[in-house]
Amino acid sequence: MGKGRRQSPFLPALYKGGKTLATIAVTMLGLLFVTFFIGRVMPVDPVLSIVGERATKEIYDAAFLELGLDKPLIVQFYYYLRDVVQGDFGTSLRTGFPVSGDLIRVFPATMELATLGTLIGVILGVPLGVLAAVKRGTWIDQLARVIALIGYSMPIFWLGLIGLLVLYGILGWVGGPGRLDIYYEDIVPTVTGMILIDSALDGNWDIFQNAISHIILPASLLGYYSLAYISRMTRSFMLEQMSAEYVITARVKGLSEREVIWNHVFSNIKVQLITVIALSYAGLLEGSVLTEIIFAWPGIGSYITTSLLSADMNAVMGGTVVVGLVFVCLNIFSDLLYKFFDPRAQ
Amino acid sequence: MISMRSMTIGAAAVLAVGAIGVPAIAQTPSNMLIIAGQIDDITTLDPAQSFEFSGSDVSRNIYGKLVNFDPSNLDAGYGPDLAESWTVSDDGKTITFKMREGVKFHSGNPVTAKDAEFSLRRAVTLNKTPSFIFTQFGFSADNVEQTIVATGPMTLQITTDRRYALSFVLNCLTSTIGGIVDSKLVMANEVDGDLGNTWLRNNTAGSGAYKLGSWKANESITLISNPDFYLGAPAMERVVVRHIGESATQRLLLEKGDIDVARNLNPEDVAGVSGKAGIRVDSELRGRLMYIAFNQKNEILANPKVVEAMKYLIDYEGMKNSFLKGQYTIHQAFLPRTYLGAISDTPYSLNVQKAKTLLAEAGYPDGFEVGIIVREAQERLEIGQSLQNTFGKAGIKVNITVGTAKQMLAVYRARQHDIYLGAWGPDYPDPNTNAATFAVNQDNRDEAGLTGQLAWRNSWDIPKISEDTLAAVVENDRDVRAKMYESIQREHQKVSPFAIMFQKIEQTGRQNNIKNLNLGGAITAVSYWVVTK
Repeated sequence: MGKGRRQSPFLPALYKGGKTLATIAVTMLGLLFVTFFIGRVMPVDPVLSIVGERATKEIYDAAFLELGLDKPLIVQFYYYLRDVVQGDFGTSLRTGFPVSGDLIRVFPATMELATLGTLIGVILGVPLGVLAAVKRGTWIDQLARVIALIGYSMPIFWLGLIGLLVLYGILGWVGGPGRLDIYYEDIVPTVTGMILIDSALDGNWDIFQNAISHIILPASLLGYYSLAYISRMTRSFMLEQMSAEYVITARVKGLSEREVIWNHVFSNIKVQLITVIALSYAGLLEGSVLTEIIFAWPGIGSYITTSLLSADMNAVMGGTVVVGLVFVCLNIFSDLLYKFFDPRAQ
Repeated sequence: MISMRSMTIGAAAVLAVGAIGVPAIAQTPSNMLIIAGQIDDITTLDPAQSFEFSGSDVSRNIYGKLVNFDPSNLDAGYGPDLAESWTVSDDGKTITFKMREGVKFHSGNPVTAKDAEFSLRRAVTLNKTPSFIFTQFGFSADNVEQTIVATGPMTLQITTDRRYALSFVLNCLTSTIGGIVDSKLVMANEVDGDLGNTWLRNNTAGSGAYKLGSWKANESITLISNPDFYLGAPAMERVVVRHIGESATQRLLLEKGDIDVARNLNPEDVAGVSGKAGIRVDSELRGRLMYIAFNQKNEILANPKVVEAMKYLIDYEGMKNSFLKGQYTIHQAFLPRTYLGAISDTPYSLNVQKAKTLLAEAGYPDGFEVGIIVREAQERLEIGQSLQNTFGKAGIKVNITVGTAKQMLAVYRARQHDIYLGAWGPDYPDPNTNAATFAVNQDNRDEAGLTGQLAWRNSWDIPKISEDTLAAVVENDRDVRAKMYESIQREHQKVSPFAIMFQKIEQTGRQNNIKNLNLGGAITAVSYWVVTK
C-alpha cells in the first residue's frame, strides 16, 4: 500500500479561517440588505432633510437625482455595496462629513464608556452572583436579588438624571455632562479618540482626572445594568454546577468550601460567563442612546438614532456595519476564549 | 486563579475611582462664552447653502455682509457693514455699493468689491436652497456676469430685473446667504468646479468678528475671536457652543456655573432656574408663527362666516397660559412683531357664543365634521387637542390626523387637507418673506403648483390682495411701505383662511454677569462680538 498524501497542518486552519470570513461576509451582507431596504421604506424624506421644506421643486429634483434616488432600489443597493467594499460609506447628509470620519469620531467615545461600564459590571457583578449562589436563601441572596431587580427595572434616563442632580448638581463629586469640562476641549491631541488614553499618552493628568470625573457616572450607570444581568446569570450558573455530583465528590474528599467554590465550581462556569459578558459588552458597544443623550455623550448610539430620524441612511448604514462588526468580532473573541479556558472546545 | 479577595479589592477600587471628586468651578473663564444649545441642525457652514437656525448663528459671527443689523439697535434696521455706503440709480434698478477700506479676511487677504461680486454670483450660481432670496430679484446663473459687477476695486454694482423697494433688496442682503467670502481662499479649495462648496461646508473664509476654531457635528462648535475685526477685537476670545439636547441637563450645567447660557430650557426648567441667585431668564421674540389654515376647496370652510367662527373658537389665552407658557405669545398677524409693518392687533379671542351665532348664520347651527392634520410634535399635538376641545363646544367635530413631516407636508402641498396646523418662520428679514406666502396667490389652479405659497396651498384665490402685496414690494418710502403692510394684514386678519395664533418667544437662562447677548430677535441671528462679562 502506497503512502497516502500527507495533509498540510495548515489546511484545517485555512478552512476554518475561510469559513469564518465567509460567515462574516454573509452576515454583513444580510445586515446591510435589511437595513438598506428598511431605510428606504421609512416615512422620512432624505431629500427634504437636505434641502429643507421651503426648497423649490427644481432644487428638490436636483438633490433627488444627486442622491441617485431615481434609480431602482436594487441598483441603489448595488452602488452602495460597491462603495462600502472600497471603504467608502458616503457622506452623512446631516453632518456633511464622510461617514467613516464621523464613525471614527463617535465610536471611541462609546467604546470608552462601554468598556469601563463592562469592567464595573464584571468586577462587581461576578462576585455578587457567586456570593448570592453560595449564600442561597440568606439575606445576602435577597439583597443581590433586589439590587439586580432595581437594575433591571429602573429607567436609565431617570437614574441618569437623578445621578447627575445629586452627584454633580448637589454634591459636586463628579463632572457634568460631556466628556470633559468645556474649557478642556481640543487641548489633548486625538490619537485613539478615547480621552482617558489620549490624555494619559499626552501626560496631561489634569485632563485625565477631569475625564475620569465625567465618565464615572455614566459608566457606573451602564455598569449597574451590566451588573444586574451578570450577577443573576452568575448565580444561576453557579447553582446549576453546585448541585452536580463532582461537587459532592470534592466535598467528600475533604476539600475546603473555598476550594470547592473557586477551583471547581467557578472554573466550570467560566465559558458560560464569557458568553454573558461578551453579550453585555456588545450591547453597550451598540451605544446606549438614552445615556448618551442625558450625558451629552457623543457616541454611536445617539449618532445612529439622530441619523435615522433625519433619514440620513448613509450614516445609519455605516453605524450598522460597525455595530454588526462589533458583534461578529466579539463572537470570534469569545470562541477563542472558550478554547483557552476549556480544552474540550479545541 | 481569581480569588474572592482579589475580586473584592477590585470592586473597592472601582468605588474608590467613583469617589474621585472634582471641585465645581463656579464661573467660566472671563474671556470665554460657553453656551449649551441644540446645534444638531447644522448641515453646512457655507453661507450660500446654510439655511438652519444654528448655521445662521455661526455665520453671522464669521461673515461680514454688505449691509447688516447692529445688535445693539436692531430696531434701526439694516446699516453699513462691509459696504460703507450705497446709491440707487434713477430707475431704481441699480444699487452701487462703496466698500469699506482696510477690512481684511481672517486669511489676511483684503476685502474688495471682487470678493463681494464673487460671493453674490456664487450664491446665485450654486443654486442651493436659500438662493431664492437673491434670484427673486431676477439674478440667474446666466446673467450674474452682467447684473452683479465689481466696477472698481472697491465698488460693486447690482442690477435687479425691475424696480424694488431698496429696503427689500438690502434686507435680503443681510441674510446668511449675503455673507462675503474670501474669493482667493475659496477658489484655492475648489474641487470639480464646485466653487468651494465642499470645502466651505466645514471650513470658513470670512472677515467677521470670529473665525472657526472647530466644528464637531452634533457635538460642539468653537469660535476664536478675530483680533483684527474692523469694529474692534471681541471681548470674548473664545465662544464654545456645546450640543446638549436635554433641557434638564442644560439647566444643571447652568446652575453649576459650567455654562454661561442655556438656550433650550423648557417651561419647567425656566420656572426652576427663575429666581436662582446669579441666574436670570431673558425672553426674546423670534420669528416663528404658529397658525392653522382652512383649505378653501372644502365647501364648508370656504364659507367666510365659518372661518370667522372658528377664529373665535380658539382658546388663545388658555394655551398661552398653560402648555405654551413662556414659549409663545399671542400674535394674530402674518408679520412677526419687530418686522417692518408688523401690527399687534389681536381681534380674536375665545367667544363660543359669537362663534355659534356665526355658524348659525352660515347655515351650520349644529356644527359639522372636519379634519385637522398635524405633524408629530409635542406642542402642535397639544394645540390640536385644545382646538378639538373648543371647536367641539360649537358642535364642530374634529378628527386629528397625526403624521410625519413628510406625510403632512405632502398632503398640504397637494391641497388635500381640511385644516392644517403648522408653523412658519421667515426666510429673510423683510416683510415680503411672509407677505409673499400668506398673501400672494397669482394662479389658483392646481396645475400652477405654487407650493411655496401658503395662500395657494389653501386654494385661496386672491387677485386683489396679491396685487396689493406685490405693490408693497416696490414702494421705496419705508414708512409708506410699512403702512401698506399694516393695511394688508388688517384685511388679511378679517378675510383670510388663516388663523395666526402665536409668535415664538425664546427664553434663555443666563449667568448674571453676561451682558449684551442679543439673540437677533425675529429678524436675524445671535451676535457674540458685543458680549461682555
